[in-house]
Amino acid sequence: MKSSLIKSTVIFLGLFFLYFPILVLIFYSFNENKRVMVWKGFSLRWYNELFNNEQIIEAFIISIKIAALSATFATILGVMIGYSLVRIRKIPFKSFYIFLSSTPLVLPELILGLSMLLFFISLNNVIGFPSSRGQLTIFISHVTFCVAFVAIIIQARLTDFNKNIEEAAMDLGYNYTKVLYKITLPIILPSIVAGWLLAFTISLDDLVVASFTTGPGANTLPIVVFSKVRLGLSPEVNALSAILMFALIIIGLFYFYFNKKFKH
Amino acid sequence: MKNRLFEKYFVFSPYFWLVLFFFIPLAIIFKISISISEWGMPPYQDIFLFDDGFKINTTFENYVYIFSDYYYIGSFVNSLILALISTFFCLLIGFPLAFYIATSNIRLRNILLVLVVIPFWSSFLLRVYAWKIILQNNGILNVTLLNLGITSEPLQLLYNQYAVIMGIVYTYLPLMILPLYGYLNKFDLNLIEASKDLGLNRIKTFFKVILPLSVPGIVAGSLLVFIPVVGEFIIPEMLGGSDRLYYGKILWEEFFVNRNWPGASALAFSGIIILVLPIVIFQILYSRWSQKNEI
Repeated sequence: MKSSLIKSTVIFLGLFFLYFPILVLIFYSFNENKRVMVWKGFSLRWYNELFNNEQIIEAFIISIKIAALSATFATILGVMIGYSLVRIRKIPFKSFYIFLSSTPLVLPELILGLSMLLFFISLNNVIGFPSSRGQLTIFISHVTFCVAFVAIIIQARLTDFNKNIEEAAMDLGYNYTKVLYKITLPIILPSIVAGWLLAFTISLDDLVVASFTTGPGANTLPIVVFSKVRLGLSPEVNALSAILMFALIIIGLFYFYFNKKFKH
Repeated sequence: MKNRLFEKYFVFSPYFWLVLFFFIPLAIIFKISISISEWGMPPYQDIFLFDDGFKINTTFENYVYIFSDYYYIGSFVNSLILALISTFFCLLIGFPLAFYIATSNIRLRNILLVLVVIPFWSSFLLRVYAWKIILQNNGILNVTLLNLGITSEPLQLLYNQYAVIMGIVYTYLPLMILPLYGYLNKFDLNLIEASKDLGLNRIKTFFKVILPLSVPGIVAGSLLVFIPVVGEFIIPEMLGGSDRLYYGKILWEEFFVNRNWPGASALAFSGIIILVLPIVIFQILYSRWSQKNEI
């Protein structure tokens, strides 16, 4: 049929557009040549150099640490927001609450980063803390904008599932807290895991906000990578890309697994 | 029986965090944007003076300075145009994709959706970097064009506004497809059949049935692309050239290079104000949309 041919073509072209650049990146990571664009032969040379590059390894460890911590905090706060918005009726200044918890989703990172930096500087002038910027200030900033992403996932999950289960448990004598820990949280657990994975990835990937709030000893991976590729190409970054793309895509697949599980 | 204490704890812990680390920083941007700049550290004067009696020490000069200089206004206009064009192309590519995915059978639909969103999970910075490789003078695109005999010498594809648009459309496309898919997915396919039975041709069916019903998805997706692109910094920095200056770049330079904090704050706050209307629209849609979909 004619229309199904159009359909397949559109989908094929769309997927080709989305995956072609990623494949190109992976392909060139195996190039022996130091000049990235001139193919010289298959080699794992740049992977070897990557693993011996202390600057990149150190930045990678810092990034993972910040991402894991900020994802955990953002998940705790995000679950609270999602729960409050769906299950708790009386929230003072509710539209302000919604504003605070959803604006970071769209506000340009540059404005967010600048506001955080000026905030930390002002705070230091007033109470003498934080005296210098670094991993702690990046962590705080990342929690602040990751919260919104977790909240939206939890909110969607809570809206989806039947409130009657909670009410039934309450009729059977469970108190409010017990319902939360024994019924609600276990049911939304897959979405909590999904939210954590999303927050982890966003934090790991952030360049702009981290550039504003970083300080001595807190060069995250994107900051190091950006400094290497801003003006040119780097064969080591190609190797890093291939590894990182692969790892992040695996995380993405886990996200889908958890986000969809128990849904139907 | 409700546990009020517990509810308060749930509402106010994130409330406290967001007021402290999100709202107050935005207020500080405003405060510094109406401060008088001076040499020193920090490079602005306090807005409240208590030397002899209480005095409010503010100025709107930073805003006047920005809005009277074409360098700033022009960059902002460039960014708005860039965001409009990019959003348009995202929609142009994203709509047919979202539509055909939504009308596939349910097994295929989920696989396709995952396939579309997975690139979004891989690093943003590295996906932009990939285009730098593709668009090089001796890159894969130029080599292909030369071999096919379409061009006789390599084209300068990188470091201009077209490369920037390319990079933006590529990286933001999933943000357009997701909300579109969310709406199209709930769409009753029988409506298309019905409109055909009633004698409407394909084009009429599209404009009279499909398009009007997907307006909320189009608006949500467009805002998710448009608003962040206005402040985009990385993509113009990596793929763009000196042919066009954008808002993100001048904000960055005003702060880090010129060390003009009040000026940079005024730029940032103007940005917030100009984007407020789209953000408010976004929130109204967000609260409705998030009830129905998962991102």
